[in-house]
Amino acid sequence: MNSIIQFASKLIRGRTEETADIHKFHGGVHPDGHKQLSTTSPIAKLAIPQKLVLPLRQHVGYIPKVKVQVGDHVLKGQMLAEAEGNVSAAIHAPTSGTVTAISEAVIPHPSGLPDMCITITPDGKDEWTTLQPIDWRNTDKQTLVTNLRSSGIVGLGGATFPTHIKVRADGKSQVHTLVINAAECEPYITCDDMLMRERAHEIVKGMEIVKYLLNAEKCIIGIEDNKPEAIATMTEASMALPGTSVKVVPTLYPSGDARRLIHLVSGIEIPHDKRSTDVGVQVFNVATVLAIYRYFTFGEPAIDRIVTITGSVNSPQNFEVLFGTPLQTLIDAAGGVQAGTNHYIMGGPMMGFDLPTIDVPITKAANCIIAATPDLFAPPPPAMPCIRCARCADACPVNLQPQELYWFSKSDNFEKARDYNLFDCIECGCCTYVCPSNIPLVQYYRYAKSEIISADKAKEAADLARERNEFRLARIEREKMERAQKHAERAASSKAENAKTETAKTEEVKVEATGAAEKPVVSTGTDDAKKAAIAAAIERAKALKAAAAQSGDTQNKPEPKAADTSKTIDKPAQTEDAQAKAEQAKKDKQALIAAAIERAKAQKLAAAQAGVAPKNVEDASPAVKAEISEIDAIREKAKQAVKAHDSDSEA
Amino acid sequence: MNRSPYITDAPTVSIIMLKVLLALIPGIFAYVWIYGGGILVTISLATITALISEAALLKIRQRPIRPSLSDLSAVVTAWLLALALPPLAPWWLVVVGTLFAIVIAKQLYGGLGYNPFNPAMVGYAVLLISFPIIMTKWPAPLILAQTKLGFMDQLHFIFSNTLPANIKIDAVTSATPLDYLKTQLMLKHEVSSISQAPIFGVWGAKGGEFVTAAYLLGGLYLLQQRIISWHLPTAFLGTLAAMSLVFYAINPAHFTNPLFHLMSGASMLCAFFIITDPVSGPTTPRGKLYFAAGVAVLTYLIRVYGGYPDGVAFAVLLMNMCVPLIDTHTQPRVFGHTKN
Repeated sequence: MNSIIQFASKLIRGRTEETADIHKFHGGVHPDGHKQLSTTSPIAKLAIPQKLVLPLRQHVGYIPKVKVQVGDHVLKGQMLAEAEGNVSAAIHAPTSGTVTAISEAVIPHPSGLPDMCITITPDGKDEWTTLQPIDWRNTDKQTLVTNLRSSGIVGLGGATFPTHIKVRADGKSQVHTLVINAAECEPYITCDDMLMRERAHEIVKGMEIVKYLLNAEKCIIGIEDNKPEAIATMTEASMALPGTSVKVVPTLYPSGDARRLIHLVSGIEIPHDKRSTDVGVQVFNVATVLAIYRYFTFGEPAIDRIVTITGSVNSPQNFEVLFGTPLQTLIDAAGGVQAGTNHYIMGGPMMGFDLPTIDVPITKAANCIIAATPDLFAPPPPAMPCIRCARCADACPVNLQPQELYWFSKSDNFEKARDYNLFDCIECGCCTYVCPSNIPLVQYYRYAKSEIISADKAKEAADLARERNEFRLARIEREKMERAQKHAERAASSKAENAKTETAKTEEVKVEATGAAEKPVVSTGTDDAKKAAIAAAIERAKALKAAAAQSGDTQNKPEPKAADTSKTIDKPAQTEDAQAKAEQAKKDKQALIAAAIERAKAQKLAAAQAGVAPKNVEDASPAVKAEISEIDAIREKAKQAVKAHDSDSEA
Repeated sequence: MNRSPYITDAPTVSIIMLKVLLALIPGIFAYVWIYGGGILVTISLATITALISEAALLKIRQRPIRPSLSDLSAVVTAWLLALALPPLAPWWLVVVGTLFAIVIAKQLYGGLGYNPFNPAMVGYAVLLISFPIIMTKWPAPLILAQTKLGFMDQLHFIFSNTLPANIKIDAVTSATPLDYLKTQLMLKHEVSSISQAPIFGVWGAKGGEFVTAAYLLGGLYLLQQRIISWHLPTAFLGTLAAMSLVFYAINPAHFTNPLFHLMSGASMLCAFFIITDPVSGPTTPRGKLYFAAGVAVLTYLIRVYGGYPDGVAFAVLLMNMCVPLIDTHTQPRVFGHTKN
């Protein structure tokens, strides 16, 4: 049925049969490219600015660990922050100079929120650190990947995913095809186009390295047919690398989306819940492979990139810009802005975002900056009702039903939105682009996605809390029963030997206290952590008792406790419970508590001597920690009670 | 805030509606040629009623009036209803039908985009049920009429329901072929002899077939402009033709040929202008095929076995009810998903 529809659709729209090589995807739009604006002049190198502001977060993943201090003199290419954790990327000094600040500054992010940045004041010498090129052909792959981890290279197409993650062998899948993303489908952006025109040979050398790292058999370069010069240079350069083909794909936004491009050039449709590597394909942007080439061949880490500056600037062009360069410097180099320029877009007009201010640095993600006047990108007219014309569905490259998703998102019917595969939406903007009612559809999807994600998180937390609470209630019940049993037993057995136990108990406690001091040394780290937590809890209980004693009024008891505990959801219940426990303990276990405190003190001392940090507690939130300690303290008390009683009975 | 995409390239709703109106012009021309200028009065009357009632309802509902009026959707509804009515329909019939379409079927459901039923067809169906005699009394095409009414005579008739003293009503009206066929078949006549009657033309109704052909022309323009998708007209006309072909092949004495069905009644208007209303129709490509096929089947069944000469309005409304179901069950395969 679908094939009939497609055939008839082609017939009526007069589309040509797809060639055997290119596998078209559904939908897509044809926005005006405006690419010739910035392709008239070659790439120019931007001079070193007065200062460089390097956000630590320029990539997807963990924030890297700063290795320098304010006042340090750094050399060009020197590592300023090292990758921490697996998914993270290092930051390097783009030129030599002095670290003048490590502080928060506004970063190029739609939120406009400040983030940690390293500020470098260049010394003008542009003096390189000792670079270490790597003979990658004769180096173990694992070592190469490890090296790449400290290169600071991330996906330069805009996704900024740390590159070393993409080349490491995960043992699960074998990559057979390396796809080079040179589609550059967004209007206005020409940085990849210019890079291919001017540095095709280096790009191909980079491809050779990546191909080697991935063990890929073949390599496909996907370029949109609106870049004839780049197609020519890349075709010529790729002769040097056997098994490489240049595939010219029709100019159709969003052909540069990884999954769309893979489908275009290979016909492989990646299942929605899989990664491209699961089907043996890995995608790299042209600029990224060039950066890899430079890193291995010259030892140069990621310190600059090509940025398209276009729109309402006087001379749009591509510049090689050091990371951290203030946007203003780039704008000045492009001849300044035309009158009326009132905002700047980072990225393309389809998926880019408004920069919060002009005072932001160029980062690894900055492929394009578009200066814009109100005329260039007129704010859309007010949205009209959806007339269900389904133009959005015709344009959706994922073959979603945007009009349904809109309906569900608008009515907060998030479950339905999820059922209609909201999370397959790539936010390419095609639907909004074609909407006759000017509905900002993508905004609705972003909203729905974030609502669903936060609801999921809240649900997860609530489930955890509920489980914890159920467990706690069950435990309290159990302990109550145990206690009742113990009381009954003790009442029966202690009657006869009342006088005798009095002295025995005191001795017992003393013996146990000394014995306990040795225990933690041989126990595991987890035990130590627990005990440390217990100790903390007991200390707190002591403080509470003291406070209660001072106030002298049992009604006021929960108040000091409440002030003491950290902000937790089930605080009232917990406080009540703790109070009850405290009362219980006070009533019939005065002596036991005193003993426990003695013992805890000894344990704490031992734990401190052992020098083991309570690691598992460290990971938890303060609220959880407090609860863990409380639970453990209570449990310990119960144990002691049992133990004491047992010894009593035996005695 | 991220408000991308910054660029759009789409005809606005107003432009879409304007093109639909443009596409109706050839049909209206043919209509005037065949039935006289009275239709222009009917269209004007419907348009004015639609705009005033839409504005009034928007005001009552405290919605902005100008943007909603300028989307021209009310005008499209008015024109479609006017073209579906008999050419010499009295003024109050036009007004009542339009009011019902705009006030009840459209605005009370929430205005443009929220009406589950095609407003023009709701208006038409209400009139057909309430005033069946007037609704089936069509004037004879001018080329057949023994007495020709001038424009002023038609205007006078629409507003006062009186004809010039020397003309009787029977002289200017005649049954439509679909109607005539139905009654004659009940009298056990055969199609071959029935279709010898002067009201039958080459393909459909004498005269009326030109109007139908003009609608087809307008429809092709809409297709070319990508205002409507090919699925709906293709499936509608294809199913109607296929179904009538099957019946015709079984018993040509009792059933008319497919071409007659395609070129008679409201077939073409329905195929290109009525079932293509996006609001009350399905959105998925497959759904559009099913929807249009459903309308065609119902239209044929009502024409052949039902109590009314033409069944388009009821067929469309019945299928409008099925739209949510059709949409749910015809979701296309999402990229990267297996068919489920």
